[in-house]
Amino acid sequence: MAILGAINPILTVGWNGDAAWRLRDYVKRGGYGALRKILEEKIPADQVIGEIKKSGLRGRGGAGFPTGLKWSFMPKDFKDGKYIVCNTDEGEPGTFKDRDILRNNPHAVIEGMAIAAYAVGAERGYNYIHGEIWEIYKRFEEALDEAREAGFIGRDILGSGFGFELFAHHGYGAYVCGEESALLESIEGKKGQPRFKPPFPASVGLYGKPTTINNTETFAAVPFVLNMGAEAYLEAGKPNNGGTKLFSVSGHVNRPGNYELPLGTPFATLLEMAGGVRGGRKLKACIPGGSSAPVLPAEIIMDCTMDYDCIGKAGSMMGSGAVIVMDETTCMVRALERLSYFYHEESCGQCTPCREGTGWMYRIVHRIEHGEGRPEDLELLSSLTANIMGRTVCALGDAAAMPVQGFLKHFRDEFAYHVEHGKCLVPPEVQRAGSTFFKAAE
Amino acid sequence: MLDIEIDGKQVQVPPGSTIMDAARALGAYIPHFCYHKKLSIAANCRMCLVQVEKAPKPLPACATPAANGMKVFTHSELAVKAQKGVMEFLLINHPLDCPICDQGGECQLQDLSVGYGGTASRYREAKHVVVAKDVGPLISMREMSRCIHCTRCVRFGQEIAGVMELGMANRNVHSEILTFVGRSVDSELSGNMIDLCPVGALTSKPFRYSARSWELSRRGSVSPHDSLGTNLIVQVKNGRVMRVLPRENEEINECWISDKDRFSYEALNSAERLQKPMVRVDGALREVEWNVALDYVAHALKDVAGKHGAGSLAALASPHSTAEELYLLRKLMRAMGSGNVDFRPRRSDFSSDGKRAGIPWLGLRIAEIQNLSAALVVGGFLRKDHPLFAQRLRQLARKAGKVSVVSVTGDESLIDLHARISVAPRNLARALAGVLKAAATRLGAAVPAGLETVEPCAQAQAIAESLTTGGKKAIFLGNVAEQVDQAGQLHALAADLSRLTGASLGFIGEAANSVGGYVAGALPGGEGLDGLNAREMFARPRKAYLLLGVEPEFDCANPREAVAAIKQADFVAVMTPFRDGAAMDYADALLPLAAFTETSGTYVNTEGRVQSVSGVCRPPGEARPGWKVLRVLGNTLALPGFDHESSEAVRDEFIPAGAPFAENLDNGVDLPLAPLPAASAGGLERIADVPIHFADALARRARALQKTRDAAEPVARIHPETLDRLGVAAGERVRVRQGPGEAVLTARADALVPPDCVRVAAAHATTASLGGMFGPIDVERA
Repeated sequence: MAILGAINPILTVGWNGDAAWRLRDYVKRGGYGALRKILEEKIPADQVIGEIKKSGLRGRGGAGFPTGLKWSFMPKDFKDGKYIVCNTDEGEPGTFKDRDILRNNPHAVIEGMAIAAYAVGAERGYNYIHGEIWEIYKRFEEALDEAREAGFIGRDILGSGFGFELFAHHGYGAYVCGEESALLESIEGKKGQPRFKPPFPASVGLYGKPTTINNTETFAAVPFVLNMGAEAYLEAGKPNNGGTKLFSVSGHVNRPGNYELPLGTPFATLLEMAGGVRGGRKLKACIPGGSSAPVLPAEIIMDCTMDYDCIGKAGSMMGSGAVIVMDETTCMVRALERLSYFYHEESCGQCTPCREGTGWMYRIVHRIEHGEGRPEDLELLSSLTANIMGRTVCALGDAAAMPVQGFLKHFRDEFAYHVEHGKCLVPPEVQRAGSTFFKAAE
Repeated sequence: MLDIEIDGKQVQVPPGSTIMDAARALGAYIPHFCYHKKLSIAANCRMCLVQVEKAPKPLPACATPAANGMKVFTHSELAVKAQKGVMEFLLINHPLDCPICDQGGECQLQDLSVGYGGTASRYREAKHVVVAKDVGPLISMREMSRCIHCTRCVRFGQEIAGVMELGMANRNVHSEILTFVGRSVDSELSGNMIDLCPVGALTSKPFRYSARSWELSRRGSVSPHDSLGTNLIVQVKNGRVMRVLPRENEEINECWISDKDRFSYEALNSAERLQKPMVRVDGALREVEWNVALDYVAHALKDVAGKHGAGSLAALASPHSTAEELYLLRKLMRAMGSGNVDFRPRRSDFSSDGKRAGIPWLGLRIAEIQNLSAALVVGGFLRKDHPLFAQRLRQLARKAGKVSVVSVTGDESLIDLHARISVAPRNLARALAGVLKAAATRLGAAVPAGLETVEPCAQAQAIAESLTTGGKKAIFLGNVAEQVDQAGQLHALAADLSRLTGASLGFIGEAANSVGGYVAGALPGGEGLDGLNAREMFARPRKAYLLLGVEPEFDCANPREAVAAIKQADFVAVMTPFRDGAAMDYADALLPLAAFTETSGTYVNTEGRVQSVSGVCRPPGEARPGWKVLRVLGNTLALPGFDHESSEAVRDEFIPAGAPFAENLDNGVDLPLAPLPAASAGGLERIADVPIHFADALARRARALQKTRDAAEPVARIHPETLDRLGVAAGERVRVRQGPGEAVLTARADALVPPDCVRVAAAHATTASLGGMFGPIDVERA
């Protein structure tokens, strides 16, 4: 499965055939052209960063922070070694785009990282790859070998005098290591726990040195931005939301998988490309940006376009672009129970509100789902989310609280029904009808 | 300076300060658990969340840098709501059973929950339970469900103690504080984790459930153990010492105490305390009244002096005695006409006596250590001899100060060392000479005569480099440097090195009154009298011995020689707090002595600081403070000048009233460099450490300390190559011999011991039959 559909694709062009990931194919598609141009024409670093800024490229990992701005935070006169780190610790439930990028086009990431290194003056880089995707890690190592051999990374790249060493680092699968400072701790060989910020990684990062961390998809987009020009890239999306984005569609659709769309494409179009809701059922809700994004009911999401600003206005987040579709057979209490369990399990345990709060929330939702809810539980849940949000070391606390808030906001009646009747508003036989799990069991 | 406003009050703080620093400067209290002024910032408890103007979210005061013009509200609605929210989370899995918790009454969580906790819990699920752990004799981890994961204990280990004994494993609510598999928590500073723990998770094993904190009175005291003069709070209930805590003194011990300081009090309450005077009648010791005992001692001493001359009397005191005791002992002996007094039982080389410019001391104030650019410690088991002094050097090294060690083993110092040289004791002087020669060469100065054959090694060059560059430097001579045969030579070499490099020179000192004994003048000779020192008084046996708090079988440089001399004497009087020692065999009179919490007295620490303390409880039975016993003994002997009404009156005779520091502190020495000994002796050489919990009579009887790893029975540690050459396998029993003395020990391979050396600990019953701490030794398979 490479890519199931695309509109005006940029990132996924040429993703076909088993050899598309090879260096030869990538170069044939114009790969490493941007890096070569920068090095041969000695384009100043500031100009590269300016170009990225102009393109409106925003971080594809979830937070959507403007990439060019992030690069400009790196101290220019720091001479004692800086780092570039790629975050491929793709652990957010519903997200599966970065692994496909590394599987199908690893050299775009390598080129993007090399360009970033040039722009911020880094000499070393790491790609931190999620612990549960071993074959992708192996592929990236192979791609690195190819790039090293061809002289695209290493000492004195293309005879320019600029050097950049890049290494792959395999994680162990902790969700929290996708948080950039926990990821740095993990690379350093320590327990993956977020650091308190400030200082931010741009001033004190990996091994205490200034470090820029971007998502895989962000790095992969960099060569294309430079090749097509910032303005063209920006125009491919919409203002403040430059370019295209990969969307990982999962859940109750006919064709779950990755899709590349220009930012600003209506959700309805994406749903249609994904084959529509499975079994012709009615759309009930959608989590538009990975499991930590608040859920949106059908009537709201159907009016949205897929970009940072519109989804944000609708009360959710574009996040990593993981679109989880739920049809009318879904019990929302049960869905939240599973999500809450995930955040409870993945809390690193460092700071109090997250360590204690995620477990408490899960236990309450679990109780409600199992017919032991109490009338005061919904108020209690709301109050707990308020006590977690904004009070933790990293964003995992917020990520755990936001789904609870979203589910309660839009599907409060289902929770209330559960509490009152000790059972589901969606009858069990309807839930079973929509479940492949139960079908398999029968 | 930054101007910042907290709750409407202005305060100025230096750049780099946090909101918490500013609040502390202002005296405003922000609730917190994980924050501790001596530890790194973790910002994990979130209790110190405060509102900052223009910040959308509450921010942790401990980790948020103060900025100019910042306005902070610690009690605004937003701040208090955040703090209360955190408190609720902290309490959901914390047992709410304060009445049965050992920490109850002195628990930060309990205190703050009064202000920030709810009246009832909204949490109605089951509480998380954490399995109890056994981590050795000092710290109890039976109630880890109480842990709030502040990681103070973890950071203490990493940053202060230098060894990570505890860590936080697992994630989410399953996070728990663990040791490495099967390891105990009993490094020499571990006990401080009990104080740091804000809840009842880490508690003192010996103290647990023996008293409530509010039943205890808090009384100030000073540690009688190492030379730091650690300030203590002794907690007493019904006249009994229940526990010992640190008394904060930034100049000396900061807020820490060593485990020995903390747990040695158990010996005070031991069943083996001597409670009534005893005299030997017809070969058996009998309890008698004080007047009988004192008469007996006085008569016996006069008798011996009359028969054999006053020079046949000798007195030896422990350097852990109070300065008043040491002073009166010397006064008593001199008044009787004998100059045979000493308080340095573990010393074997006295060549610097009479050649010193003043009283040997640290050479600088303890608090100045943190400002050094480089420090060199010569000879010693730094970490175990002086735990908190080592801690100061550890912090210095963390701040990029260059700390080097020249010593007789490669023991882990837990300090990030700049350079280290480990040599056999006989080569200690040669190694130091190497540093001296390298420094002279670097500075273009003349190489002192006698060092022509010395070849400075790379490490010596590195040490010389650290001592000849940078700012303030210091050279410290440790315990071993004072105990070895070439102590005077090491002193002279170090003095030369100090003159050459401008580094200060100092002695760390072995015991609480290692400086105080000099101040009190408890030294041989003087006032026209000849005197035998601590070695000579046994090498040339006397007819009568008066022993003050010292146990020669453990405390003397050559215990076999000392005990032999004592056993042949006509009369031996022992002033001791205990009735279980070898003294029961050789003493003709035993006078029960008050221990350190039971007597007033003075300790002059290594930096010359005079610290007088009061007794905090009564001695058991008829035991009496040493100064009173000696004063009355003086009266009984009808000697002049023994009419003191208080220990202060005794002290005023030798320390000017109110002096904060002793006078005449000077480490200069007028000793020519003796020729260096040959590099190899051709045989095996003994290295004797004094294990931390064997070092004095009190520690030897502290039950919990005696169960720690540091109190393990001595073994013969030998370099693996030497072991091979001897044809002995590690783990085999070997017979070690020094002259006629021998002991059977287990051989252990230890690459940290220099080749051709055998490390056998001193101050233990199994090795008391051996000879000198350093010198030739034979090993054969037993």
